Amino acid sequence: MQSPMHSDSTFFSRQGWLSFVVLAAILLLVLPAAFDIFRLNLIGKYLTYAFVALGLVLCWGMGGILSLGQGIFFGLGGYCMAMFLKLEASTPEATKIQSTPGIPDFMDWNQLTELPVWWQPFHSFGFTLVAIIAVPALFAFVIGAAMFKRRVGGVYFAIITQAVAAIMTILIIGQQGYTGGVNGITDLRTLLGWDIRTDDAKLILYFVCAALLLGCVLLAQAINISKFGRLLVAMRDREDRVRFSGYDVSNFKIFIFCLAAAFSAIGGAMFTLQVGFMSPSFVGIVPSIEMVIFCAVGGRLSLFGAVYGALIVNAAKTSFSESFPELWLFAMGGLFIAVVMAFPNGLAGLYREHAEPWLRRLLKRSVARPAVAAAANTAN
Amino acid sequence: MRDDVPGNTLSVSRRTLLAGIASLPVLAMMGQPLLASDYPTATVNTTGLAVTDDTVKVGILHSVTGTMAISETGSVQAEKLAIEQINAAGGVLGRKIEFIQEDGASDWPTFAEKAKKLLVQDKAAAVFGCWTSASRKAVLPVFEQYNGMLYYPTFYEGLEESPNVIYTGQEATQQILAGIDWVVKEKGAKSFYLLGSDYIWPRTSNKIARKHIEKLGLEVVGEEYYPLGHTQFNSVINKIKLRKPDVIYAIVVGGSNVAFYKQLKAAGIDLAKEKPLLLTISVTEDEILGIGGENMAGAYAMMKYFQSLDNDNNKAFVEAFKKMWGDNIVIGDVTQAAYLGPWLWKAAVEKAGSFDIDKVKAASPGIELTTAPEGYVKIHDNHHLWSKARVGRAKLDGQYEVVYETSDLMEPDPFPEGYQ
Repeated sequence: MQSPMHSDSTFFSRQGWLSFVVLAAILLLVLPAAFDIFRLNLIGKYLTYAFVALGLVLCWGMGGILSLGQGIFFGLGGYCMAMFLKLEASTPEATKIQSTPGIPDFMDWNQLTELPVWWQPFHSFGFTLVAIIAVPALFAFVIGAAMFKRRVGGVYFAIITQAVAAIMTILIIGQQGYTGGVNGITDLRTLLGWDIRTDDAKLILYFVCAALLLGCVLLAQAINISKFGRLLVAMRDREDRVRFSGYDVSNFKIFIFCLAAAFSAIGGAMFTLQVGFMSPSFVGIVPSIEMVIFCAVGGRLSLFGAVYGALIVNAAKTSFSESFPELWLFAMGGLFIAVVMAFPNGLAGLYREHAEPWLRRLLKRSVARPAVAAAANTAN
Repeated sequence: MRDDVPGNTLSVSRRTLLAGIASLPVLAMMGQPLLASDYPTATVNTTGLAVTDDTVKVGILHSVTGTMAISETGSVQAEKLAIEQINAAGGVLGRKIEFIQEDGASDWPTFAEKAKKLLVQDKAAAVFGCWTSASRKAVLPVFEQYNGMLYYPTFYEGLEESPNVIYTGQEATQQILAGIDWVVKEKGAKSFYLLGSDYIWPRTSNKIARKHIEKLGLEVVGEEYYPLGHTQFNSVINKIKLRKPDVIYAIVVGGSNVAFYKQLKAAGIDLAKEKPLLLTISVTEDEILGIGGENMAGAYAMMKYFQSLDNDNNKAFVEAFKKMWGDNIVIGDVTQAAYLGPWLWKAAVEKAGSFDIDKVKAASPGIELTTAPEGYVKIHDNHHLWSKARVGRAKLDGQYEVVYETSDLMEPDPFPEGYQ
């Protein structure tokens, strides 16, 4: 069955499994074998952006809802995880030089003398895990319900998400006694007593991150080929017709927006674990737009493209900035312009138009040859 | 390494020569350079740092892109100058310093990533870098985990003391207390209006200032904070006009500075008349370039270094700096503090007779530098510097005239009791 989007989205076909196995092999075998733990940890960090890019493929590529505020959800997920880790790191023994031992250091610097009530539940790991998904999803639900029920869409929605991202940053920076302000929540050490800063821990976290990402790819692809996925695409292309057919368009939009938020939040939580801190610099407008760029470079219609896009753009960022500390931003800008001008469907588009037909011909030929041989045998 | 750095317009040989000339007085003071052959690599480097028989690698980690680039460029220049001079004078334990420059891009996680790269991949024996507190907080766990050495140049809020960091700028009490005492004694100030950008440094500094003012039995008539990048100060200026404090005590940072001082002037508050008087800890010569001397003239700043300091060390430093980076350059407090980093590291390494981080850490307290542009400095047990506090009055040309300096060195006290 051909999906309405594009050929490689028939996931449970041979082609789809092949792409998935290739991605899994790259993430789980090739990269860990090829890089040392320092580089692998960096790649793990890039992969956390791939969660956001995946969400954007669903929400923007399929659903046509451009969100310029995915950093909000990345940040919320990351902050939930960071709050748990910070509380664990702020034992009374570790913070005995403070005026009030036992609370996070930045609270002490801001003259707080007890832990705020809404921090209390983050002592529980179970609650934190639920909150990582639930808080951003709920927030996305509120934004989505407020916007989509009123039929706000397109550019207006993008602008509003951007405004919300700006508000979140200002809120976090302004309430520094509760959030760590512009410094963020830093110096995170252990997860349930397990030191997350050692090389072994980094290796394990990388695999956890890669496995979660592959899981999200599967989930996204399942949605992609479902009836719901086709409705989304229909909505993107002809919203009115879907509405006139009796569907409640806004509910679908809210759902996909919440799902994209949840994906971003998982990425954010994995980011905090792997990098060891969280700061408002991931919540604002600039990082949110950067995340859209990862998705655009990879190809906003392709789940696999989004993952590769996030990896490639970030790897380029790191290597350019290491080689040309004073000029690297120009190189990045050049790359983006080139991608958008030359292949508007991103790397995935490039692959589909050039590499795939070639591969298919290659496959056909190898399939055709034994068939000819078999035919020759029967003739004998 | 330094040959690869873009932006180098002078040829290396010419620069080395210039730096060599500039460092002649330094050379004379430091005595004979040490020979690498007296310090075999196997004994001075037991922990696998990037040290060979004739070179040692260090890192420079500042933002050269993004919003902080304008502030951090001076620090990069100062560190490169110090490294050139040290090399011209024979290097460290007879080894030439090679630097690897990384860009923190005004982005705290990038700082953490690059710090890790410098320590884990490049095995840098020391890193000179960071500017904002946020970037320092981001890299601190990295330096502690991988046992690196960071030389941090900026005046900051204190409340920190890491064995892996040497703080070459002032912590808050060193910068603030002497200046407030001076303004109370010399100018008869009785009431203060505190304002600042909204983050940890201005808030902590104002907390210390408020406690000190109240201890003196004087009055704080207002305290307000504005988000970073804020540009509308009219409401606070009106409040200031209404409450008529003797002193506006301002810690506005970055681009907000330009708006704040222009609007003060436009509102008819002429700082030169000193009614009210303006006292700041956040405007160095670098910031005046953006604000404009005409908007700033008459304001007082509390720093430990001004470009106009009149001593031989500083004259040689300013001359060498201008030779390397151009005549139009100005040098602010942090730039000078950044210049101290490589010199303090060299002194500690040579005292320890080793590049090993643990030995450098142990050797650091008590290290003195008589050649510092700000005068004599010494590393305290808490890894901050003993230094003098000074008050300068801004002039039309963007320079400060030094009007007061403490007679003694101020003791660094990052966890001041009674001020928290």
